[in-house]
Amino acid sequence: MSTILGLYNYWIVVLLMMTGFYIVIAHGNLIKKVIGLNIFQTSVIIMYISMGKVRDGAPPILTEGVTLFSNPLPHVLMLTAIVVGVATTALALSLVVRINEAYGSIEEEDIHTQEKSS
Amino acid sequence: MISANLPALQVIIPLLAAPLAFLLRKPRLVWPFALLATILTVLTSIGLLQQVLDEGVISYAMGGWSPPWGIEYRVDAANAYVALIVSAMGAIVMFYAGTSIRHELPEHKQTLFHVAYLLCLAGLLGITVTGDAFNVFVFLEVSSLSTYIMVSLGANRRALTATFQYLIMGTLGATFILIGVGLMYVMTGTLNMVDLAQRLPEVADSRTIYSAFAFVTVGVCLKLALFPLHGWLPNAYAYAPSVATAFVASTATKVAIYVLLRFVLTIFGVTFSFNTMPLGYILMVLAVIAILIPSTVAIYQSNVKRLFAYSSVGQVGYIILGISFGTVLGVSAGLLHIFNHALTKGALFLALGCLYYRTGSVHLDAFRGLGKTMPWTMAAIVVGGLGLVGVPLTAGFISKWYLVMAALEQGYWPLAAVALAGSLLAAIYLWKLVELAYFQQPDSDAAQIREAPLSLLVPTLLVTASTIYFGINTDLTVGVATVAAETLIGGVR
Amino acid sequence: MVNLIDIVLMGLLLITAFAVVRMRDLFAIVMLFSIYSLVSASFFVNLDAVDVALTEAAVGAGISTVLMLGTLAMTRRYEERRPRHAPLLPLFIVAVTGAALIYGTLDMPHFADPQAPIHQHVAPRYIEQSGTEIGIPNIVASILASYRGFDTLGETAVVFTAGLGVLTLLGRFGRREELSDGRSMYHDMILRVIGKALVPLMLLFALYVQFHGELGPGGGFQAGVVAAAAFILYSIVFGWDRAQKIISPFVLNIMMASGVTLYALVGVGGMLLGGEFLNYNVLGSYPAGGQHLGIFLVELGVGITVAAVMLSIYFDFAARVAVRKMEAR
Repeated sequence: MSTILGLYNYWIVVLLMMTGFYIVIAHGNLIKKVIGLNIFQTSVIIMYISMGKVRDGAPPILTEGVTLFSNPLPHVLMLTAIVVGVATTALALSLVVRINEAYGSIEEEDIHTQEKSS
Repeated sequence: MISANLPALQVIIPLLAAPLAFLLRKPRLVWPFALLATILTVLTSIGLLQQVLDEGVISYAMGGWSPPWGIEYRVDAANAYVALIVSAMGAIVMFYAGTSIRHELPEHKQTLFHVAYLLCLAGLLGITVTGDAFNVFVFLEVSSLSTYIMVSLGANRRALTATFQYLIMGTLGATFILIGVGLMYVMTGTLNMVDLAQRLPEVADSRTIYSAFAFVTVGVCLKLALFPLHGWLPNAYAYAPSVATAFVASTATKVAIYVLLRFVLTIFGVTFSFNTMPLGYILMVLAVIAILIPSTVAIYQSNVKRLFAYSSVGQVGYIILGISFGTVLGVSAGLLHIFNHALTKGALFLALGCLYYRTGSVHLDAFRGLGKTMPWTMAAIVVGGLGLVGVPLTAGFISKWYLVMAALEQGYWPLAAVALAGSLLAAIYLWKLVELAYFQQPDSDAAQIREAPLSLLVPTLLVTASTIYFGINTDLTVGVATVAAETLIGGVR
Repeated sequence: MVNLIDIVLMGLLLITAFAVVRMRDLFAIVMLFSIYSLVSASFFVNLDAVDVALTEAAVGAGISTVLMLGTLAMTRRYEERRPRHAPLLPLFIVAVTGAALIYGTLDMPHFADPQAPIHQHVAPRYIEQSGTEIGIPNIVASILASYRGFDTLGETAVVFTAGLGVLTLLGRFGRREELSDGRSMYHDMILRVIGKALVPLMLLFALYVQFHGELGPGGGFQAGVVAAAAFILYSIVFGWDRAQKIISPFVLNIMMASGVTLYALVGVGGMLLGGEFLNYNVLGSYPAGGQHLGIFLVELGVGITVAAVMLSIYFDFAARVAVRKMEAR
């Protein structure tokens, strides 16, 4: 029981990750894939931040009278991860726009059909 | 001062060169500047390798903060060797790019390509030289994003879908690595590779670490295009500009393999990876399939770039097969093939670029009578092809030889047979090209084609010649590969 | 109490994620994604990750959403209905991956356990020493800009690469034709008035976040994104051709590259003064002074590049919409 209480946070995060992952691999619409990828990445960020939390800790900013802080290292790592995520999203969306111009569609199946016949 | 800071300079030179090149704007200025940057990078790699061979492992604390609180750059024989391959190919292909990119891309895109190229080079070197697990992720993304930019510049609209697929799969792989590193971090509290190697054995028997191992390995295998995670590679190589394919094919997967070795051997350790986890067997099975099936698919390709792309998937199989043995001989065979395949595939794609420059096509039909119209280019392709087959006197033979020896050392006779079967398959697709080029007449309009210009031909022949040189003089490559393998397997002291 | 908020927020996240799977209206899905991002940001505040929350809100609910809407404007709104064959293979892969992850969590330290390994090793030094070694209250900023400053240089390079990529794919680098987009919200009085009032406040806030980032949550990234958002707001309300007269793509290109260069040059400066790359101690007459200077310059570099890249990406998307409209005429 204490295991469940201690870990359910992580399990829900795993569920979120898998939802995002599922959207990426199961859906054919390119924009939906990009959004799924984003959900997947954001969930990984939630996982790292959950790891850093300390019970009764404070945000890691040195303040008078505060001695117990949450761990600042996962925060730093995830700042980087967020930025990497938006960079990837920006590139992916630009590609979607160009693909739409070139193929007239953003559905994977349509594009496949066009590529096979050309 | 320079020699003390070589590890940092290795990455800083291309990384700083990229935005500076961007500020220069005009392609006429950008290309020479980029070329200069790549040459300085090679010189740094040579210096770095020399330093490592003389003095042993180099540890450099970024920002002056000692590890594990700061990021450490840690250079040993293994990564100095890989860094040299990456920067050498970076410089040679950049020289070639001057003419090739002017021909293949509209003027306003040329500068952007060269900047992306420099960023990719910086990213790949950053992955290679670092000693911090999270730093690997950051520079992996730098190199991946810049590769997507380069590939997307291909002329055919399929370059766009190829890039998109590459982006999706590549990001999934990188995120898996991030998850794996996170799981390792939560159990040990550190990100530094040496520190991880020392702290992991205490917690190695936990399900979290098993899971971490799985995620990191799967993520990296996606990046190195191990069957069945290779789906992004054929199209990405086929539709990218010639220069992009030549550079990426000779470097990106090799660096990914290095990352695999670093995690599996240095951080997790040989005992954990091969005894506790069934990594050896899984890699062996996948490698065998990779050697046989993609090579067969290659035979049926009519787009020659795609043919050699599938061939690359097969060659990665050879490298992984060597690694799957988990022995010094096996890992050295793998490292040797990293070097030799980088040269061989580099030469082949450079030669294909010459062909594309003159004919505008990389279809099989363009090969008709090529032996007559473009003798030097075709000769380069033949020599490269022989290297893929593993004919004696080529570099490819040396690595195949060591691979077979490593297999026999373990008593795996059937695997030696698989390696030879792969050679046979390669010989078949090589023969297809040879037959068309030398035994058929060129089409009427194709008969007008001249040989490729010197600015393209010289780098191509240089790399091709080196595949023969390193097939004969093996002291450097075998020597360093063996030292590197011993360092990796020996673990961290 | 913290746990209750925790559960509610996670519930919202789950509902949003599942809704994205089921829906076909892409516009609604983008809005749901924006909500997902904002709820995550709230969740981060609840978990004491204030810098991360600020960044996630600005980047996820802000920039990413704008870009997705821009893409939607140029493609189509609805996902197409396909014949429903059961997606067995994806479900299988997801199930296996999920199982492996849950298996992996079983031996993890429990949530919020103060005795977990990550709180015993490496992190304590940052908490205990950063006040003296570096001298700024925001420990995250100390780690980001100094202890692990090299990662941040890589991250700035990633931002630059993204700007480069969108410029390559959608932008008009080196081409100077005049494009005008008649579309703007200028005729709407409410938007015009509020827009005029908000833009200077946002820029002021961006500057505040940039320079106050050492003392509280904030720093180069957040500041850059907010500054870009100010210009994007102006651009949406008054038209992007007017916005480009204020900051032209040419200037943005220079800014994009300058930020990264500044960061790298600070590092080179450290080397020239006898230290390692990115060693700030040698930059000042006493170590903490050098740290202050180094962090200030480096965060400035980050802010410049991030602001320029985000705005540049927006302009590239907007330009593409205009080009399509021109060709359609």
